[in-house]
Amino acid sequence: MNLTLKVWRQSGPTDSGHFETYEATDVKDEMSFLEMLDLVNENLIDNGHEPITFDSDCREGICGTCGLMINGQAHGPQKGTATCQLHMRKFHDGETVTIEPWRAAAFPVLKDLMVDRSAFDAIIESGGFITSDTGGPRDANEILIPKAAADTAMDAAACIGCGACVAACPNGAAQLFTSAKLAHLNLLPQGQAERWKRTEDMVETMEMFFGSCTNYGECQEACPKEIPIDFIAMMNRDFLKSKIKNRKLQGQR
Amino acid sequence: MSTITLDSKVPSGPIEDRWTNHKFNMKLVNPANKRKFTVLVVGTGLAGAAAAATLAELGYQVKCFTFHDSPRRAHSIAAQGGINGAKNYKNDGDSVHRLFYDTVKGGDFRSRESNVHRLAEVSVNIIDQCVAQGVPFAREYGGLLDNRSFGGAQVSRTFYARGQTGQQLLLGAYQALMQQVSLGRVELHTKTELLDVVTKDGVAAGIVTRDLITGDIKSWAGHATLLCTGGYGNAFYLSTNAMNSNVTAAWRAHKKGALFANPCYTQIHPTCIPASDEFQSKLTLMSESLRNDGRIWVPKQFDDNRAPENIPEEDRDYFLERKYPSFGNLAPRDIASRNAKQVVDEGRGVGPIKNGVYLDFAESIGRLGENVVFERYGNLFDMYERITDENPMKMPMRIYPASHYTMGGLWVDYNLMTNIPGLYALGEANFSDHGANRLGASALMQGLADGYFVAPNTIGDYLSGLLGKTPVGTDDPAFAASVATVQDDMRRWISVGGTKSPEYYHRELGKIVWDYCGMARDKNGLEKALSEIPALREEFEKNVRVLGDPDGVNQSLEKVGRVADFFELGELMCRDALMREESCGGHFRVEHQTEEGEAKRDDENFSFVGAWEWEGSGQAATLHKEPLVFETVKPVERSYK
Repeated sequence: MNLTLKVWRQSGPTDSGHFETYEATDVKDEMSFLEMLDLVNENLIDNGHEPITFDSDCREGICGTCGLMINGQAHGPQKGTATCQLHMRKFHDGETVTIEPWRAAAFPVLKDLMVDRSAFDAIIESGGFITSDTGGPRDANEILIPKAAADTAMDAAACIGCGACVAACPNGAAQLFTSAKLAHLNLLPQGQAERWKRTEDMVETMEMFFGSCTNYGECQEACPKEIPIDFIAMMNRDFLKSKIKNRKLQGQR
Repeated sequence: MSTITLDSKVPSGPIEDRWTNHKFNMKLVNPANKRKFTVLVVGTGLAGAAAAATLAELGYQVKCFTFHDSPRRAHSIAAQGGINGAKNYKNDGDSVHRLFYDTVKGGDFRSRESNVHRLAEVSVNIIDQCVAQGVPFAREYGGLLDNRSFGGAQVSRTFYARGQTGQQLLLGAYQALMQQVSLGRVELHTKTELLDVVTKDGVAAGIVTRDLITGDIKSWAGHATLLCTGGYGNAFYLSTNAMNSNVTAAWRAHKKGALFANPCYTQIHPTCIPASDEFQSKLTLMSESLRNDGRIWVPKQFDDNRAPENIPEEDRDYFLERKYPSFGNLAPRDIASRNAKQVVDEGRGVGPIKNGVYLDFAESIGRLGENVVFERYGNLFDMYERITDENPMKMPMRIYPASHYTMGGLWVDYNLMTNIPGLYALGEANFSDHGANRLGASALMQGLADGYFVAPNTIGDYLSGLLGKTPVGTDDPAFAASVATVQDDMRRWISVGGTKSPEYYHRELGKIVWDYCGMARDKNGLEKALSEIPALREEFEKNVRVLGDPDGVNQSLEKVGRVADFFELGELMCRDALMREESCGGHFRVEHQTEEGEAKRDDENFSFVGAWEWEGSGQAATLHKEPLVFETVKPVERSYK
């Protein structure tokens, strides 16, 4: 098939950026979306033009490196699918496809389709862990975890940190990302000691970088791992509680 | 002529006591002195993130580097199946000794016994550590950990988190690392790629990096440097490795004097999705755990064009079950892979271009029910369907082997130190634990063993000797020289102004390496590769086209340097495969097989580690041999019948 691509080009963080139009010819159904872009880039290089910069790594939908707005949808039209796992059989001959980077104040564009997502790391750094220095732990089976709790924690832990939730959100909010990490750790017995501190710290760090949640639900639609917004409800409840619990824990009843 | 002597520093005494005794005999750095030492950790996969976090917890000053935008994206994340731990929770006869035995045997008697025993010992601690961090391993209804069996093992010792075990283990290590960052004990540098290892008087002094956003070239000095930079499977171009996985860090260390061991030991993973066309950028692995419940077969007849459901049982050849009755579909990876190649080469392959074999779940679905099978493998089935548009619950999967893991790597001693003092290699970047073939669910185990438990212990023995000595600073001429070389290289690549992209040359190189140094190798092919690779490299150097400039984001420039290193490495892989006149594990020389077509080892002449010394561009590398001694596990013909 042949496609017309409208691709966002931006030479650096300070450039205002613009769309360029390219023809993608002889695209095969079996190609992934990124392989289609590889092909376009090879042609650009052959013709002496600088290739389009975009991020990708594992191309198996697990590392979270890739992420494009395709026709205005984060990761494109297929539900529960990261950009690298999207295949060209979802498009048809003659179609015009618009390709943009994630659009969010917290994710500045570095070049073309590549953005800076280090704000996510800042949220994890503020409390997204269970303190457990190497070498101290007791036997793994001494901690009994109900299967349901382990399974739900795993549902939340499946987040790949790609940023689609933020890109899809009209407010540029990171509630889904933050709540997924909180749910993973707060649901497990190992995570209880730091639960309230973690919740307060991560939510407040999130709010330093990202917009506010107004329950659009676009994030769960865009999430390649289909993480549900139920976790946001859990986070909100834990955040409220944390304001009281943390004072109690510090002895300030 | 070189004066390198390979001292493996393996402790003596009973094998069960060696690691314990070694830990006691090593010198320590007292807690107050640890903060006086700076350790550079390159790479943030399982080995790197675990090492950086643990070293920081101990009190060392850690500087940590990754070319990814976040440490969480390292390729360890893509490991699906699981991690071995000799817990014997299943009461099925497992033990540290059995895991040790299985790993030595699985490695086809080409690994160091002492290293492997240590690995099996600490496997138990890894599971405890990961659970404490909140890794959501699969559980049974009573709340205890679940286990499954995995390729090459007759016991259930594999812990797993759905099909995302690597992701969950990496997130555990990443979170531990980020906690240390928040405490100010780790200085984290993302989007920063190592371009050179700096040595002064033969001792590791630090590294030179490029900031992939600004293009800045910077020097970093450290008392010790840990390369945790993964394997070199992308030498084949098509592999299950991530697009950016490369050999550059290990290779540049090699060019500074570190020996590169057993480069021909590469692992071909039996369960990947077959390639569909020429533009394919990478291959996707389907976890080997699928072999627990899937049955592998091809039609008995050649060129059987019937749909799989129309091929009756009597016309199917379950070739692994037929040839290896005791292990069946769980035969080790190299054996499963070669047998798949054999049936496809015979013309019994399946799929549109007849380049695969079936992996069939019909029997399991009948026995366990759709729900159980989907719960175990649902996410893998979804992934398969997204790529192929076929549903494995309804029709068998098609699979074919692909390059997946590299057992070879930088030569290290028992302390994981290369022959350059102060330079360590951890995880897949070193050669030490898997011999000629790695067992399933052992890569995650080794990465975390090296990072959490081995290097943080052994590094003190080296650093204690440096107490009170001022390290070489970044103002030293050794750093300036290295920076100049790196900058010259980049200007040179941009000034070539040829006609073909770095990607093109990588693909062409990969074809040669795969054809002649892939699943089966022979003398003629390897010699052919050794003449074709240098010729292609010459063309590459004259005709590659890198656009843009070095100041700022330039992905072609990142790529071209990596491809240049793959060229030199690819040549060494072929040279090593040509030297090793035997078949062992992942290295199969067609000339050396039994009458049944099995790998035939030559213990008398090849029971050694082949460690190569760089002699300069275009010069043949020099081979150094470290003899392998087997005191505990007696080498036998590896039989899985």
